[in-house]
Amino acid sequence: MLQDRYQLAHKVYPYERSPDQDRDSAVRHPVVIVGGGPIGVALALDLGQQNIPVLVLDDHEGIGLGSRAICFAKRCLEIADRYGCGEPMLEKGVVWNLGKVFHKDAKVFEFNLLPESGHQFPAFINLQQPYFELCLVERLRALQAEGAPIEIRGKNSVEAVDVRNDHAALDVMTPDGPYKIEADWLVACDGANSPLRDMLGLGFTGKVFQDSFLIADIRMKGDAEFPTERWFWFEPSHGEGASTLLHKQPDDIWRVDFQIGWDVDRTEELKEANVRRRLDAFLGGASYELVWSSIYTFQCKRMDSFRHDRILFAGDAAHQVSPFGARGANSGMQDVDNLGWKLGLVIQGLAPEVLLDTYSEERVYGADENILNSTRSTDFITPKTEISKIFRDAVLTLARKAKFARPLVNSGRLSIPCIYDDGPLNGPDALEGGPAVTRVGAPMVDAPVDGAWLLGQFGGGFCLLTINTEAPEILDFGGIPVSCVSVSAHDNPELGERYLGAAKTAVYLIRPDQHVAARWDSFDETEVRKALHTAIGRT
Amino acid sequence: MNTLNTDANIAKPDDFYARLLALHEGKSKSESDAINARLVLILCNHIGDSEVLEQAFELACEN
Ligand SMILES: Cc1cc2nc3c(=O)[nH]c(=O)nc-3n(C[C@H](O)[C@H](O)[C@H](O)COP(=O)(O)OP(=O)(O)OC[C@H]3O[C@@H](n4cnc5c(N)ncnc54)[C@H](O)[C@@H]3O)c2cc1C
Repeated sequence: MLQDRYQLAHKVYPYERSPDQDRDSAVRHPVVIVGGGPIGVALALDLGQQNIPVLVLDDHEGIGLGSRAICFAKRCLEIADRYGCGEPMLEKGVVWNLGKVFHKDAKVFEFNLLPESGHQFPAFINLQQPYFELCLVERLRALQAEGAPIEIRGKNSVEAVDVRNDHAALDVMTPDGPYKIEADWLVACDGANSPLRDMLGLGFTGKVFQDSFLIADIRMKGDAEFPTERWFWFEPSHGEGASTLLHKQPDDIWRVDFQIGWDVDRTEELKEANVRRRLDAFLGGASYELVWSSIYTFQCKRMDSFRHDRILFAGDAAHQVSPFGARGANSGMQDVDNLGWKLGLVIQGLAPEVLLDTYSEERVYGADENILNSTRSTDFITPKTEISKIFRDAVLTLARKAKFARPLVNSGRLSIPCIYDDGPLNGPDALEGGPAVTRVGAPMVDAPVDGAWLLGQFGGGFCLLTINTEAPEILDFGGIPVSCVSVSAHDNPELGERYLGAAKTAVYLIRPDQHVAARWDSFDETEVRKALHTAIGRT
Repeated sequence: MNTLNTDANIAKPDDFYARLLALHEGKSKSESDAINARLVLILCNHIGDSEVLEQAFELACEN
């Protein structure tokens, strides 16, 4: 039986009977993605844009109600833009720069994210997760209309998996009963409780934090004035709990996040009267409508490896972090960014299968960085020992008067992309005086060029970026085309600062996920060939 | 490598020591703990150099 686990906000992939269900033998698909959450759908966009046939199975018929993620970071938007849906997210989202930190009643300090000029996307937007997912699914529909080989099947629940030599066989349950399909490659994007992970008996190790959070999304009524800022309280004196966060979302909705401890009666706490009791104490008489509320607990865990032969894991299925720092969906999007092109090249026979091991290596590295950061935030917000509480309070007290203590205040280090330093695919970093932000392994940094954005010209395939120097417009290395984008840094200080540093000229080899694979001061075909081979796992 | 100065560096040791203890006079245990923690943070920031700090941490942990 198919049982819904959550209500839908948007029924965007209703069940339809597929011809696969009427076949006597299981139909084989090149790629099957289990899970039509943000990560599964984003991966379908990546593969669909490469013209690789991809099938997404989800056990519901659309996007879940309830917002969950609200903070989407710059890199995540840049990746979405590569898939053709970054702009609609930006348009709908709320851009914020100012944050305030309070301890008990007193303001400790405020900070401004001070946006750097010359980037298409801001450091962050706030956007309810259902909107984020809707932008992805709408883009998927648009690509389908253009003929991209993407299919998504709602109410198709994966019930069993059998790993064979060169494929995986799946038992799928639908409202019309069960059927079987096969996949050359299976990608598990089935969320934090990943049924696939369990079916395969794979571990998920780390820490469970003994705390729970009550989140309420509220719409303000009347003329209560709340700013477009992030307000964070340590040990708020209104209401109980270790911390409270107030954050603006689109549609005049605010997210309030109360940390309420471990020993709570969930059913009791979630009763509207009790949610309102906390909110009233906090908001002091303002009138509001309660849009959504939920209680969550969290863990910081990851799988040992994100590749198990023909099965790959991405998003929450592969790793889970605490919500401090907004690293869940944001890092899942980086998984997709990393996996899409590698899977594409392997399927097309242009790269060896070991390239997929580097997906695991690079993204495990990313997951560890995220887990480290979010664990540190959690330990600061909820000190685990007497002495760590003493130091935490000392930092908060000092931060009011002394600037030096402010960087020590940790109410969540907001998600920034991972740099694959010493990554397995890195080529030479041979640009003397080149800036650190664009070193080998780093994702490209945006810059304005001739009335457009630099990043918009990259992604999808391998590219050369040449600055103040030239390279052939198009090269071909064993079936892998490398096109060249040539720009000038004269009268473009932002580009110079981000890509030249002290160098006069530069040549960057850029991966399909916009990460820097290698860089030099001039073009040399042999060097580029060698670096390309390294970048696709050929030895 | 920058090294931690473990030679005597305080001009009037007895005055300094008395002053340090005076910070805690009449304070409860938790007030004293808070003062100590703030003092450690202030001094660490003043030093800044992570190599020097690392040597200080090590010395502090020796019994
Ligand atoms: C309170 C809260 C706040 C958060 N805030 C942020 C934030 O500000 N920023 C951020 O980046 N992240 C945030 N996150 C994390 C973010 O919500 C997740 O990282 C994100 O949803 C992960 O996406 P996913 O696609 O991997 O998994 P999911 O969104 O869980 O999607 C998994 C999908 O797989 C389907 N599925 C499961 N089992 C099967 C099966 N057997 N067969 C078929 N389909 C199946 C599910 O129905 C679901 O549609 C937050 C999370 C919470 C709980």
